[in-house]
Order: sequence, then C-alpha cells, then structure tokens
Amino acid sequence: MTIRLPVAIGAFSLLLALSTPAYAVGDAVRGAARYESLCTGCHSVETNRVGPAHRGVFGRKAGSAPGFAYSLNVKSSKIIWNDVTLNKWLTNPQAMIKGARMGFQVPDAKDRADVIAFLKLQTAKR
Amino acid sequence: MNDQITTSRRSLLGITSKGLLSATAIAVLGGSQAFAAMKGKGMVASASKADVDILNIALGLEHEAIEAYQIGAESGLLAKPVLDVAVLFQGHHKGHRDALVGAIQQMGGKPVAAKSRADYLTGLNAASIKSATDILRLAQKLERGAANAYLGVIPSFNSKALAQVAGKLAADETAHWALLSSALGDSLPATPFVTG
Repeated sequence: MTIRLPVAIGAFSLLLALSTPAYAVGDAVRGAARYESLCTGCHSVETNRVGPAHRGVFGRKAGSAPGFAYSLNVKSSKIIWNDVTLNKWLTNPQAMIKGARMGFQVPDAKDRADVIAFLKLQTAKR
Repeated sequence: MNDQITTSRRSLLGITSKGLLSATAIAVLGGSQAFAAMKGKGMVASASKADVDILNIALGLEHEAIEAYQIGAESGLLAKPVLDVAVLFQGHHKGHRDALVGAIQQMGGKPVAAKSRADYLTGLNAASIKSATDILRLAQKLERGAANAYLGVIPSFNSKALAQVAGKLAADETAHWALLSSALGDSLPATPFVTG
C-alpha cells in the first residue's frame, strides 16, 4: 500500500492542527501592559484586593490564594491554573465555573495569551 | 510638584466648594436614577444570581475607591483645590456604592461590606505614598482599572439594563481618569480606545 505525497502532507497537517493547543504563546512584555490596563482594577500581583493576588497563580489550584475569600464553587473546583485553564477562564469565567463571582471577560485571544505569559513570569519570580 | 498639580487642577476644573456639594448630590441622584430606571425594563426578571455576583464585585471596587480617596484626603498631602476634587470624586463613588447596594438588595442579594482600613492600606500599598503626586497616580490607576473592569463585565450580564448601567459607571470612571491624567500633566492618548 502506498500513500501519495499530497495525501500524506494533508494528513500530517491535520494531525498537527489537532495537536496544536488552542492558545497562543504569549508575549510577557506586552502582557505586563495589558495586565496593567485590564486586570489592575481588581487585582494586583502582590496583594489581595477585590480579587486575589496573582503572584504564584500559575500552577496553583483555583481558589487557593492565601487569605482571599473565594466563592464556594471556585474554592471547591479541582482546576489547576495553566495555559489552557487560564485561557478558558479569561474567555468567560462564569461559563467555566458556575457560581464564580468574576464576570470580567477578555475577548481578544492575544490579550489573553500575553496576560497569561505575564502571570507565568510573575510566578517564576517567586 | 504639589504646586504644579494644584495650579493645573485649579485651571482645569475651576471647582468651588459650593460646586462640589451640588455635583456630589447630583452624582448620588444620577446613580439611583440609573438603577431605578431598570425596574421598568424588567431588570429583576432578566437579572440572575450571576448578575448579583458581578454587582457585588463592582461594589467591592467602589468601596476600595472610596477608601483610597479617604486615605488620600487624610494624608495631609493634598491641598485645595486638589483635595476638593478628591472629595468630589469620592462622592461620585459613594453615589455608585449606594446605587449598587440598592440594586443588589432589590435583586435579593446581600451587598458585600467594605473591608477594614488595614486591609485597604495593605492592598493599595499605601505605605509607598509619599506625595500628592503618589496619591493622584494611585487614584488615576484605580479609576482606569475600574473603567476597564466595568467595560469587561458588560458581556457577562444577563440583564441588558444592568449592562447599560455598567457602561454609565465606566463612563464616570473614565472621566475621573481623564481629569486626573490632565492634572498630572500626562500627554493625551495617541491612539483610540483610550482606557486600553
């Protein structure tokens, strides 16, 4: 049995597309500026405010920032914050976790990716 | 630097203490009217528990803004007429707070309480404030953040009436941000969508 080259390339491309994550690789420098614009109304990196502190959020279990009073549903969720879960959360938090108090949506995929890259960098600086 | 801010603020706003009071009163009434108008648009019917949660986050923002201006006013670093402007803007936030509390209660929710002064001092890193400029920079940052916070929750509201009110609140915060930016001598935004 032989596979013709165009078919093989097409199959490979499809496989690649299916295995490519739904999120983009972010730019942490641009992410810092986007974080400042979009997130600092409620959050800061170091302290709990209206929302929880973000230092260490990447890789942390949802609802586990020390000293912050979360909604029951966020606190009891099993979600670990990573590229995929943060992307979903920032797209529409209340659709991801019913009963989540945060309703802030970041509709632009690049903004989400860049903010996530920034958050990842802040976690690495711990 | 303080004098520069005071002068630019005076020339920019031309506010008197008499005007301050009436504007605050108008802000409170305006906020209440915005929510009262929603009653006739079926707000309670279309709103949801999620909407109440978002309003409570907004209320948390307003509590924080009120306290930030209070910290600034009590710092002794602000002179008139900048101090009057801070109190004026605080009055707007009190109007927002009262309107939000009323709406949350009307929708059967429990309004979130303000945190302690100590929590706000920590959360806002008040220890780093050393000058009038620091206070205005903090206020500027909070106002822009609040504007974006309100804009960012608009798509999440089930009630279109509430989404509209979020837009009105964002407009207030943007006005505060713009005036603070001007008083601080910041250059005008070079690109559209000025809140970022």
